Amino acid sequence: MYKKLIEFYNAGLVSFKMVKTFNMDEYVDLPRDHPESYHSFMFENFFRHIDIEPSNIHILDGNTSDHEKECSDYESKIQNAGGIDLFIGGIGPDGHIAFNEPGSSLASRTRIKTLNEDTIQANARFFGGDLSKVPTQALTVGVQTVMDAREVMILITGSHKALALHQAIECGISHMCTVSAMQMHKCATFVADEDATLELKVKTVKYFKGLMTHHRKLVEF
Amino acid sequence: MQPKRVKYDSDVLSTIADNQLIQFINCSILKSNGLKKEHLWVQNGRILDERIVFFEQKRMADVQVDCDGLILSPGFIDVQLNGGFGIDFSTYNSNDDDYKSGLSSVAKQLLTHGVTSFAPTVITSSPEIYHKVLPLLKRSNASSEGAGILGAHLEGPFICRDKKGCHPEQLVITSLGPNPSETIEKVYGSTENIAIVTMAPELDGAQKAIEYLVEKGTVVSVGHSSAKLGPGEEAVMAGAKMITHLFNAMQSYHHRDPGLIGLLTSSKVTSDHLPLYYGIISDGIHTHDSALRIAYHTHPDGLCLVTDAIAALGMADGVHRLGTQTIHVTGLEAKLDGTDTTAGSVASMPYCIRHLMSATGCSIEFALHSATMKPVRND
Repeated sequence: MYKKLIEFYNAGLVSFKMVKTFNMDEYVDLPRDHPESYHSFMFENFFRHIDIEPSNIHILDGNTSDHEKECSDYESKIQNAGGIDLFIGGIGPDGHIAFNEPGSSLASRTRIKTLNEDTIQANARFFGGDLSKVPTQALTVGVQTVMDAREVMILITGSHKALALHQAIECGISHMCTVSAMQMHKCATFVADEDATLELKVKTVKYFKGLMTHHRKLVEF
Repeated sequence: MQPKRVKYDSDVLSTIADNQLIQFINCSILKSNGLKKEHLWVQNGRILDERIVFFEQKRMADVQVDCDGLILSPGFIDVQLNGGFGIDFSTYNSNDDDYKSGLSSVAKQLLTHGVTSFAPTVITSSPEIYHKVLPLLKRSNASSEGAGILGAHLEGPFICRDKKGCHPEQLVITSLGPNPSETIEKVYGSTENIAIVTMAPELDGAQKAIEYLVEKGTVVSVGHSSAKLGPGEEAVMAGAKMITHLFNAMQSYHHRDPGLIGLLTSSKVTSDHLPLYYGIISDGIHTHDSALRIAYHTHPDGLCLVTDAIAALGMADGVHRLGTQTIHVTGLEAKLDGTDTTAGSVASMPYCIRHLMSATGCSIEFALHSATMKPVRND
């Protein structure tokens, strides 16, 4: 997605001058300039290639001595910016949104979370396969923080996310699959590729694919 | 506030105020791992970490310099330069001020060749000259006034008479005597401003001399020597880090007696000593392209570009001085008066870089690293 946005920027189709961003999470006790921090990721893959104002970007700081203050300050910053217009995220194989691991309160706000084993295992590949090097905690926006956004867009690709997608949209709302809370959001969009739909009911997939003909009519000029 | 955008050749760059943040865009930056299409941030003459600028300073650039897709490289470093633009570092004519102003004028004009650091090289000279000239070759930082001085490169006088090249025979000293450190102090005077010494390792007392110099932090380079491989290896184990203009002024390669050239593949040069650097003059004249390729393929990590340029660098064809010698220059060739001996080169560093690429087919990154990163590591 970031690559596409950079392409559009380079083609002069979009500018980020007036855009404010709030990242959803950052590892605790990982140096900001570590290649696997979200600061590094965002800088390398997005910020340095576009015209966003450095003072308009916000990322949680996982290296403060007072995590609670950092998190509540973050919530205030979001409020002061006028709230989030569009929240974009992916999901974990266990259906977690941001680092709201299974068992997270669906009423949660920005706070520190301990990562579960699945997440740590999945992350190990970014830390040379050495489990001891993978961070075990992260600061993350809460489920309610995401719900407060005016629009939510969840991007899901790949068959390994298929089961999570099934639980997220075809099962009930459950704190064991925190992205399912989006079922209560007024304006949530799930964007999925074919492989991610592998565990959905044929009926569900047919219905949403069928909507495309209507959507196309809406955007025809 | 929107940054002011200028081209890389704009005058604005010479009037940058304190604390102004400059961002070089649209360029390929030479880094240790190759050419990267990134931005370079500079403030108050220092390069900044982009992320610190972004996450801490949180400001956009004051001036954006559009480099038009060109390569942004660190300045070139020439560790063997005998002079240029009419000035010869081995000649001390009248007084300190004259010498110093000659030195500054070379430093300033070197910037036009992209060279931002150099080691003024003094060929075999009398102790008198060393005593006068060395104190004037202090280390200095590069600035817009001229390239920085790394310290002196003393090429001689402790060399092999048979391999003197165009050095004056009568001033060559072929033995360091029973007390080499004393001899060094006596001949050179103060060793304070010496960055590199070229010495023949087979000379009497050379091993001790090398140890002494290495201990003082001087880089020792073996050259102007007819040593077999053995003394060369001993020199490296004693701390010598470099070979002076490979192939020139040394024994030719022989398969049973590889000489100093054999150091490139010596098993005694272990990881403690690696990489062993060697200066090479890639002007197409001092080294046949085929020999250049052999060195490049055998030990690319040690390849360091030097010009070994003389006073005639940057000047027209004609007659010039180098120390006490007279040199004739025609095109890219410079020969010792009355002989056919090559007497240093008149090729600029950019020329050497380009020639290295065309002769060996190496990448531009490799060629540029050989004129920048490797000379630095050597120091």
